[in-house]
Amino acid sequence: MIGLEHYLAVAAALFVIGIFGLFLNRKNIIILLMSIELMLLSVNINFVAFSAFLGDYVGQIFTLFVLTVAAAEAAIGLAILVCFFRNKGSIDVEDVNVMKG
Amino acid sequence: MIASDFTTVLPEVLLSLYAMLALVVFVYTGKDRHAVLSIWLTSGAFLFLALILAMGTPTGTASFGGMFIDDSFARFCKIVILLSAALVLVMGQDYAAKHDMLKFEYPLLVALSVVGMMVMVSAGSLLTLYMGLELQSLALYVIAAFRRDSAKSTEAGLKYFVLGALSSGLLLYGTSLVYGFAGTVEFSGIMAATSGGDLSIGLLLGLVFVIAGMGFKVSAAPFHMWAPDVYEGAPTPVTAFFATAPKMAAMGLFARVVHDAFGGVTADWQQVVAVLSVFSMFLGAVAAIGQKDIKRLMAYSSIAHMGFALMGLAAGTVFGVQAMLIYMAIYISMNIGMFALILSMERDGRPVSDIASLCMLSKYQPLRALCVVFIMFSMAGVPPMVGFFGKFYVLRAAYEANMAWLAIAGVVASVIGAYYYIRIVYFMYFGAESEPLDTQTPRRLTVILVASTAVITVGAAFSLFGIEPLAQLAAESLAN
Repeated sequence: MIGLEHYLAVAAALFVIGIFGLFLNRKNIIILLMSIELMLLSVNINFVAFSAFLGDYVGQIFTLFVLTVAAAEAAIGLAILVCFFRNKGSIDVEDVNVMKG
Repeated sequence: MIASDFTTVLPEVLLSLYAMLALVVFVYTGKDRHAVLSIWLTSGAFLFLALILAMGTPTGTASFGGMFIDDSFARFCKIVILLSAALVLVMGQDYAAKHDMLKFEYPLLVALSVVGMMVMVSAGSLLTLYMGLELQSLALYVIAAFRRDSAKSTEAGLKYFVLGALSSGLLLYGTSLVYGFAGTVEFSGIMAATSGGDLSIGLLLGLVFVIAGMGFKVSAAPFHMWAPDVYEGAPTPVTAFFATAPKMAAMGLFARVVHDAFGGVTADWQQVVAVLSVFSMFLGAVAAIGQKDIKRLMAYSSIAHMGFALMGLAAGTVFGVQAMLIYMAIYISMNIGMFALILSMERDGRPVSDIASLCMLSKYQPLRALCVVFIMFSMAGVPPMVGFFGKFYVLRAAYEANMAWLAIAGVVASVIGAYYYIRIVYFMYFGAESEPLDTQTPRRLTVILVASTAVITVGAAFSLFGIEPLAQLAAESLAN
């Protein structure tokens, strides 16, 4: 029997993978965008699982909003990335270095 | 019922309609030929809405089933946000005209982010909070990268985007936990679920994630790492905007969440906020000392100031919220003055931002140098200036809430921080001879610099222009 805690465990694992992807990745900015997407999707699993468990629809409505915002966010991220590529000619994480920090 | 709901959100609806309509109209008429018109129209719209909000009385009720709250607290924050955004937009016009940034979209993106900020400070549920925050952030990512042809600006936008999305993710994960363990996303429902006084482990975890997410947005240490790079890389008018309105909105949101939703479990979040506050004050004070770039310095300065504002919040009392609101209003008026100077720093028509270029400013621009002296002393918290009273209020709030250690830490941090503010004064009056900056400065920047200096210098004599009772009213409406 798969219960609430199983869903929460999967979501937590995905969320942590997303965060690690963000910090450990030294190669490509696209991977950063994918990690961000992974984090948001793990939150969606949380919301839907809680929604089913509580018998409350708000969680599913929240998920729809999150999906929409994630799409907008990805669009803006890619747009900024394209501008960055035009200036630097590369999308390596190591090239994001004009300013120290 | 529906009519009254929509009357409550009328300012937000008007502003977003304006932004969308103006976007279409300008595209079909003149595009960037109307950029100046776009700036003035948007500033005018901000002032008009601030006036409406100031004239009307808050309904005090929650509309849309509790999702949107219109109380004195929300109005106070919104008026500060609108006024500072209007001023900063007008301040940036000459810079934009000179450096090929005069695009009609820029003020409209600012308008959209201001809509997001207004929704943030009025949020009555986690859903409204999230939508407001994202609307604000998405518009800010774009304006950070507004100079598409500049490697610095696009890099700032990219960094801000990645770390901003990370913070949204953290906040959202916390939100989902709070929803699951409280069973609702409404602040009033969360308040009822936590009224027992003890927090379940799931809610506590959710609360910590939400505070971490909001810590990113106010750039409190240890979640501050985006701020210096974004401040340095973004075009100066955008940096000026980042340092003012979004900070107020994020602090307003912070206060809203901890008091409206978690007001029953003050002890649980108090410690977290106090730790954020101490880290920010010390990091802001110490890391700013070695900075050579004035925009980076302002980033660290704002981190330190956020630490002080969080100290008011950490007190967990009505007076603490009042102190935080006063502190933020004072912080914003000082920053507007300072950025009026930074926007005019040019040499041979090119913007410069290294601190050493201010050397001996007093010799060829005595008035501006004198104004900056007053602003720097105010930021450091020297008594006759209003900056001192801002610090006094938050320290008193912390002391009265039995957090004397926090107040002492604040005093120590502000003494350390005084060093780099006064170092700028030293450069201006006793620094080495260097190539002077351009003396042709736009008149409006001088006017704003002098006006801001006047406000922060004589503010104490006019009992802070009556902001204290207003902030008190606002704080009382928030903390019931």
